[in-house]
Amino acid sequence: MNLDMTMFHQAFFEEAGDLLAELENQLLLLEEKPDDTELLNTIFRCAHSIKGGSATFGFTEIAHFTHSLETLLDRLRNGKMQVTHPLSQLLLESLDQLRSLLAAARGETADAPNSEPLIARMEAMLNGVAPVSVAAKAPLPDAAEQEECLRHCVFLIAPGRAVLQQGTDPVALLKHLAAQVSNFTLRCRLSHLPQIEEMNPEECYLYWEAEFDTRLPDTELLDIFEFIADESELAITTVAGIFNGMQETAVPAPEHEHAAETAPPSAPTENAASALAKPEAHTLRVSTEKVDRLINLVGELVINQSMLNEAAQNFHMGRLPQLMEAVAAMERASRELQERVMAIRMLPIKHAFGRFPRLVRDLANACGKKIELKTSGEETELDKTVIEAIADPLTHLVRNSIDHGLETPQERRLAGKPETGVVALHAFHEGGNIVVEISDDGKGLDRERILKKAIERGLIQENEVLPDETIYNFIFHPGFSTAPTITDLSGRGVGMDIVKQAVVGMGGSISLSTTPGEGSCFRIRLPLTMAILEGLSLLVGEEVYILSLTSIVESIRPRSGDLRLIAGTSEVVQVRGEVLPVQRLYQYFGVKPVITDATKGLLVIVEYDGCKVALMVDELIGQSQVVIKSLETNYRKVDGIAGATILGDGRVALIIDVPGLLRNMSRRSQLLSAA
Amino acid sequence: MTTNNETGALQMGTSADAFQFLTFSLGEEEYGIDILKVQEIKGYMPTTRIPNSPQEVCGVLNLRGAIVPIVDLRRKFHLEPAEYDQFTCIVVVVVQEKVMGIIVDSVSEVMNIAPSDIQPPPNFGYGTTTSALRGMARVNEKLIILLDIDTVLLGENSATAIAA
Repeated sequence: MNLDMTMFHQAFFEEAGDLLAELENQLLLLEEKPDDTELLNTIFRCAHSIKGGSATFGFTEIAHFTHSLETLLDRLRNGKMQVTHPLSQLLLESLDQLRSLLAAARGETADAPNSEPLIARMEAMLNGVAPVSVAAKAPLPDAAEQEECLRHCVFLIAPGRAVLQQGTDPVALLKHLAAQVSNFTLRCRLSHLPQIEEMNPEECYLYWEAEFDTRLPDTELLDIFEFIADESELAITTVAGIFNGMQETAVPAPEHEHAAETAPPSAPTENAASALAKPEAHTLRVSTEKVDRLINLVGELVINQSMLNEAAQNFHMGRLPQLMEAVAAMERASRELQERVMAIRMLPIKHAFGRFPRLVRDLANACGKKIELKTSGEETELDKTVIEAIADPLTHLVRNSIDHGLETPQERRLAGKPETGVVALHAFHEGGNIVVEISDDGKGLDRERILKKAIERGLIQENEVLPDETIYNFIFHPGFSTAPTITDLSGRGVGMDIVKQAVVGMGGSISLSTTPGEGSCFRIRLPLTMAILEGLSLLVGEEVYILSLTSIVESIRPRSGDLRLIAGTSEVVQVRGEVLPVQRLYQYFGVKPVITDATKGLLVIVEYDGCKVALMVDELIGQSQVVIKSLETNYRKVDGIAGATILGDGRVALIIDVPGLLRNMSRRSQLLSAA
Repeated sequence: MTTNNETGALQMGTSADAFQFLTFSLGEEEYGIDILKVQEIKGYMPTTRIPNSPQEVCGVLNLRGAIVPIVDLRRKFHLEPAEYDQFTCIVVVVVQEKVMGIIVDSVSEVMNIAPSDIQPPPNFGYGTTTSALRGMARVNEKLIILLDIDTVLLGENSATAIAA
């Protein structure tokens, strides 16, 4: 059978990706707790599994590189080396190298950077601690090396014919060997057996092939057979290249070709941080528990269905309650099924948080600040697509907090704060949304500087009095940066603007609060999923439309005096002193109107990007979660419509595209004023 | 569905056997479309109107969870509008991987028409485009107008110009 290995590659990449993420976390922990042997064991296991997988699937370069890494880790694990800062730096860089190698293997990047320099540095690190003779190029590893590595050996034991006459029992020796090693298997070879008439009962014709895992050096294994060594044939071969994810197995003899090379200067860590951005994966890993529940539910559904069938056949009015019951059960099961299926797409947000410990560490090193990262609510679940989309804005905000928010240790000491600044990520559910807070205990936003900059850029007038909130929100304007100097990390004035766009693009919102000297906090509010929308259904004429709840500010019934016509064309309404443009939806959508008098209808005030508009509708129907369906699949994009959904009665309702509608309105009013 | 289309094209090109057409009536006329384009036939049901769309697009319909646009062929062909009744049908067709519905007065039958019975579309003279017509067929003294439904719904050559 010709097994196509490539079909398993995707699984390997995913697994390796997970292992790398795990490895990274553990390595970062190791920096804090260098003596934790359990941690070292975990790290070793991760590296080992990657090596095993890559060797199995024929990614020799990855296997080769991981092997060198593993040797180093093994040394650490056995306490032969200490975890030092340069060492952990080297380990982290090796991790990045592994990432690049994986990316290259996946075909995402054309060529992976050469791993030889890093391997050489690892070797140098190894040799710096325990110098190994250059003669170790010999095919068999030297004793010191072997002692630490668990190897998989094949031991050929062919005792001389006379051993029995000498009073030695080979079986006892084999038993002794078996007791010293693990995973012992023994095969008896009969090929030296003579014809029966030639056989001498006092001679040993058998020989054995033992296979086992051991840490013992060859010499110690040979010692067992010392008494028969002279007349026997004994040969140990270390089998390289048999890898098994679970068990620790063979390690090929390391070659110390680069022992003499000096370590090249360390690569800048900044690249490492940017390389963290993961491509979007198109597969989904689901816990078996979730799948089991689904299977149970489907089973229930099938039973319900047969109950319904039964109730519908031979139906008479007396059986009506039975039928109703079956329908109700069916409804319950199908609704639960829907919820569970949606839940399959939900992942804990720790997938997005996972990249930050490393990022914070590298940034702290880069800008000479002491930073502690606190995360909470990592188990909060949200849609996979949202998690993928939120990762970059979050990174931006964290970098921003570190670069602009937190002060240097000296500044913090002067301000009477502990030297180590705190950046906290906190995720939680709030009313059908998920909220992610990124806060720091730094110096907070500089109100005066933002104000000055806003005046400079002509966003506001010199002596305008504005609430603090409005002022702070200026930082979300495109090209707005108050950083006095542009640093490597941020300050180019593109960051916040992009963050806001990304968040709003997902149907979320962002807000911030800040206290000078105590820090600032950004709050991102996101829908749980992008496939489902919390909507308000409303009636326009005889048609039902859906508005996304996140865009609605309030709805009011205007009094007759509140509405004005400007220049005979544009209608406006006054709401608590604020003048808002009015868009009659029946006009916009060309619907035959039922209510034309605004005081008999309702005004729904929607907001997007700081712009508020009052939409006139006939009636509000109610709030519900709707599944967004694309109109473009079979039709095309329609102005002012974001998509469609299917109502409870099977009819189609259209979802209003608030940003698009506002854009259209402002374009129209520009045309009007130009005309 | 695409494979269906391909086999349809293949038969058209190579086989001398009869093609199968679904025929339907619209006003006084009888029309036919390639049966391989047809996904299903449904009775008329009210649609949800789409704002700012061409007048022949009645709206969209929920077809087992898919949102399917519905085109009224009477409006498309500038015929007198008619009341929808119990004979009115929605023929769901697949054109260039898009699922769309067309409203017709009534569906008649599936007809085998030999290629020899199909005549090329008449030339109405300069300025009249007949590319939406595949030809005319005379069956049992009835004249059937054979439509190229792709061109009818999507226009000459662009998939984006649905009934534009």
